[in-house]
Amino acid sequence: MSQPFRTEKGGRIDRAEQLTFTFDGEEMQGHKGDTLASALLANGVHLVGRSFKYHRPRGILTAGSEEPNALVGVYRNGDQTPNLRATQVELYQGLEAISQNRFPSLGFDIGAVNDLLSPLFPAGFYYKTFMWPHAFWDKVYEPIIRSAAGLGKPPKNPDHDVYGNIYAHCDVLVVGSGPTGLAAALAAGETGAKVMLVDEQAEFGGSLLSEVSASIDGKDPADFVTETVAKLAAMDNVTLLPRTTAFGYFAHNFISLAERVTEHLSNPDPKLPRERLWQVRAKEVVIAAGAIERPMVFPENDRPGILLADAGRTYLNRYGVKVGHKVLVATACDSAWQAAFDLADHGVDVVAIVDLRETPPESLMSIAEARGIRVEAGCVVTGTLGRKRVKGALIGRLMTSGQVASGGQIACDALLMSGGWTPTVSLYSQSRGKVVWDSEKGAYVPGVSVQKERSAGGAKGLYGLQATLEDGYAAGEEAAKAATGKSAKVTYASATGGEAGSGGILGALPHDRNAARVKAFVDYQNDVTAKDVKLAVREGMHSIEHIKRYTTTGMATDQGRLSNMNALEIASGALQKPMTDVGLTTFRQPYTPTTFGLFAGVSRGDFFDPVRKTPSHDWVVENGGVFEDVGQWKRTWYFPKNGEDMHAAVARECKTVRESVGLFDASTLGKIEVVGPDAAEFLERMYTNPWKKLAPGRCRYGLLLNDAGFITDDGVIGRLAEDRFHVTTTTGGAPSVFATMEDYLQTEWPDLNVWITSTTEQFAVAAVQGPKAREVIAPFIEGVDLSADAFPHMSVKQATFCGVPCRLFRISFTGELGFEINVPRRHGKMMWETLAKEIEKHNGTVYGTESMHVLRAEKGYIIVGQDTDGTVTPQDAGMTWAISKNKFDFVGKRGLARPDLVADGRKQFVGLLTKDPKVKLEEGAQITTAEQPATGTPAEGHVTSSYYSPALDRTIALAIVKNGHALEGKTLYVPMPTGSIPVEVTSTVFYDKEGARINV
Amino acid sequence: MLLIYCPYCQVERSEMEFACRGEAHVVRPADPSKATDEEWVEFLYMRDNTKGVAAERWRHIHGCGRFFNAVRDTVSDKFLKIYKTGEPKPDLEALAKEAGK
Ligand SMILES: [Zn+2]
Repeated sequence: MSQPFRTEKGGRIDRAEQLTFTFDGEEMQGHKGDTLASALLANGVHLVGRSFKYHRPRGILTAGSEEPNALVGVYRNGDQTPNLRATQVELYQGLEAISQNRFPSLGFDIGAVNDLLSPLFPAGFYYKTFMWPHAFWDKVYEPIIRSAAGLGKPPKNPDHDVYGNIYAHCDVLVVGSGPTGLAAALAAGETGAKVMLVDEQAEFGGSLLSEVSASIDGKDPADFVTETVAKLAAMDNVTLLPRTTAFGYFAHNFISLAERVTEHLSNPDPKLPRERLWQVRAKEVVIAAGAIERPMVFPENDRPGILLADAGRTYLNRYGVKVGHKVLVATACDSAWQAAFDLADHGVDVVAIVDLRETPPESLMSIAEARGIRVEAGCVVTGTLGRKRVKGALIGRLMTSGQVASGGQIACDALLMSGGWTPTVSLYSQSRGKVVWDSEKGAYVPGVSVQKERSAGGAKGLYGLQATLEDGYAAGEEAAKAATGKSAKVTYASATGGEAGSGGILGALPHDRNAARVKAFVDYQNDVTAKDVKLAVREGMHSIEHIKRYTTTGMATDQGRLSNMNALEIASGALQKPMTDVGLTTFRQPYTPTTFGLFAGVSRGDFFDPVRKTPSHDWVVENGGVFEDVGQWKRTWYFPKNGEDMHAAVARECKTVRESVGLFDASTLGKIEVVGPDAAEFLERMYTNPWKKLAPGRCRYGLLLNDAGFITDDGVIGRLAEDRFHVTTTTGGAPSVFATMEDYLQTEWPDLNVWITSTTEQFAVAAVQGPKAREVIAPFIEGVDLSADAFPHMSVKQATFCGVPCRLFRISFTGELGFEINVPRRHGKMMWETLAKEIEKHNGTVYGTESMHVLRAEKGYIIVGQDTDGTVTPQDAGMTWAISKNKFDFVGKRGLARPDLVADGRKQFVGLLTKDPKVKLEEGAQITTAEQPATGTPAEGHVTSSYYSPALDRTIALAIVKNGHALEGKTLYVPMPTGSIPVEVTSTVFYDKEGARINV
Repeated sequence: MLLIYCPYCQVERSEMEFACRGEAHVVRPADPSKATDEEWVEFLYMRDNTKGVAAERWRHIHGCGRFFNAVRDTVSDKFLKIYKTGEPKPDLEALAKEAGK
């Protein structure tokens, strides 16, 4: 028999199916139906990890998702998933698990020296130690903290699993499938309501799966579970989701569920996701999350072999595992006695029941007596022996004085403890409900419902099998009625046994040990002791929120579900005020740790963000163009030829455009069709410029402000007809300009008869720029006289390109003769390839965004968002020419008259030429008047654009500088780490100042 | 995630389809040139940022595209009233009282 702690019989494991697994490389056996935790315990393994701060040996404490100690790494497809709770990892053939936070091995861990040095690690350790000197932070403190942080090691490779996502709606969502949840689901299901029942465990039934001393309708509780689940499974209106954690309760009854689909399988179907995120909108929710047992806070309460009493009972009755051969039970309440009795019934030597109460109930005393179990009433555990496994317990007798007298030692190889029960109010708290203190129950319980939910059973502090069943049925009926208006006759099952007990204790237990030398743990995972909480109070932390952050108690993955109540009581004692005045921290989403993969779902790699491609994309790929990302767009950056670097390619492209012709894909520019009898009036109100007198067939540059008076976008607008405009926007501004237009149209000027439509993706746009632009397009255009007189700069006409209808603009963003041809998107590839071939005949070039930027900078054309930053007015930008003086109103007109916007000393748009023509300024560099400004001198402005200009064969820059327009010809400085760079302030137009080239 | 009723589509849809556009009933003066600097600053920047019952502008941006107004309790996230653009501002205090605030 390789599993020395397996019971002879009983439990829900499949004894016929034996599974082999490894823990830290050691091969062991378990059974189907085991968790990793139960299988380890069956093999006598309690030591499973090292604690976070002191590296103390730690064992399995619980049997549920609140497990603080048994965090393990599990290998899957060659990668390791860290920090899984062994209590939730289902055993499968070949499972490989490893312990964490130990070096070099679990048995011998160098970090354990921290435990001996523990006087050096008090509460607030990080705050106190890593404060000074400042310079130590980057090089010394942070690396130390980083290497110590976290328990498991993150996987090295990208996650190769897939994750699913599903939305669902239901009438009643029942969370938890213990007696309350099963009854609620059944009652709601029988009304015909659409019900979802979820439970984080592999099997439905909750506490019923480990209940052997009660019966329901004369049957074993486990049989009741089987029958009820079968009934639910037969209902079409019921969805059953085991292995599914309701981890987040959000507004409007929106609940997030994490379903573990394949993690428990040794050979999962590769088509199935590892986990599935359910986002459920439930009309009504029943929270049947139950209650969890509290640890007792006595010295050395963290040794491997010490477990919660109910966990011990669960391992015995559900998994067929004895937690030890000589078990001591320490308790302050009735429920732990049943664990002792069940163990005794399996032949385990229960060495004693140590009950804090002077007079435990007579009914329990007599059962113990009948089984020959020694009872020590009015006693507490004051310490434990052993290191990697508990070997014995020190007993103390409570005196009437409040002191504790030594009561000797009792040898044991496992210790079960129970400080009483804490209702699981996490989801209720997440739903924004406020818990209230119930002094009779000694617990915080759900208060008024804020959303459409009700807690039932243990989750609201109601105990006892009969009571929880009844409450479950009632909650299910009520929820279904509220959701659907329907009710049904439900037969309530009735239970005998499993009565609610009494008793319970909060806070640290008294002892007779040297308080300075012993550790009684409150929060196991974060290694917070009772002493730490008291120290935090002494050091001035008076609110539980401060104590929590100072000591980190309750900040572990269970969010303090195990520790909060004890920490509160200790803080309350130290503060000498009632517990209810100490406050309570809020439970937040997620209920248990949730993987990033679940949240990311399919939004990874190519699906992370859409990629928008222009019609020239494939051609550019084939011809070796280099792309840059502009928002979601892939835009061609430059086209290197014959091994050119970027600088050489851009220089050639720019030169070619100025000397002959260039072709540029301008399809990403935002386009909005503005149509209707009031279209001109609408644009008149939106843009700074006048539109009413713009003749059809003509274009105008449009400048868009916000109502504060600052530039937000710009673009050329062409009037196609009296009632139709083709508006262009910047590439990045398209969605926001469209939204702004809709906003004003719908909410400020609903009287205007105008329709606006985004047409960005309806048109492919080719810009042909350069002295030979007309010759390049002429062979393909029909319907327009392209001569300078008939079709001057800033014209627009409907025409055809290779027979395809197009909107032909004569506009320029380079300062050269230029055309932009808009064809329906589906003809974009044809247009591009036709023009790309044609320009070769003229020794032309295709060019990308970098050359486009250089060419426009040579002309001093601004790029909104690069040369402006949301605080630049048209006056600042030197564009007062774009502002109509005669309009009653436009967006931004009143804003421009604000005192600060007309005051002297504003930063203005200027050109800069470095004294050394080879020196290129850095964009973003600060500008000063002094060559060597004293530290703290405010900058006069900054460089917004900076390039090498092939046309000028020197560098150029644009900048915004305080009072810049008055500084033309003056020298300023750009201080850099390598020295101050002198610059001359110039006009923003560097090339063809008269603008002659554009009008040929 | 909120569940929001669009008064134009007359359906409840997930918050993902909507965009919140801030406080409602901030009136742009009909003749901005007559607004004093203080009035214009009030219109541009001053918002109540209410903790409690507030009227907000919403747009069914991935649906019908229309703007509408909604009274929401910013603490509980409950919608107390949803109405079309142009309809008068409801009595927020009465709505709050009705909701038991
Ligand atoms: Zn709508």
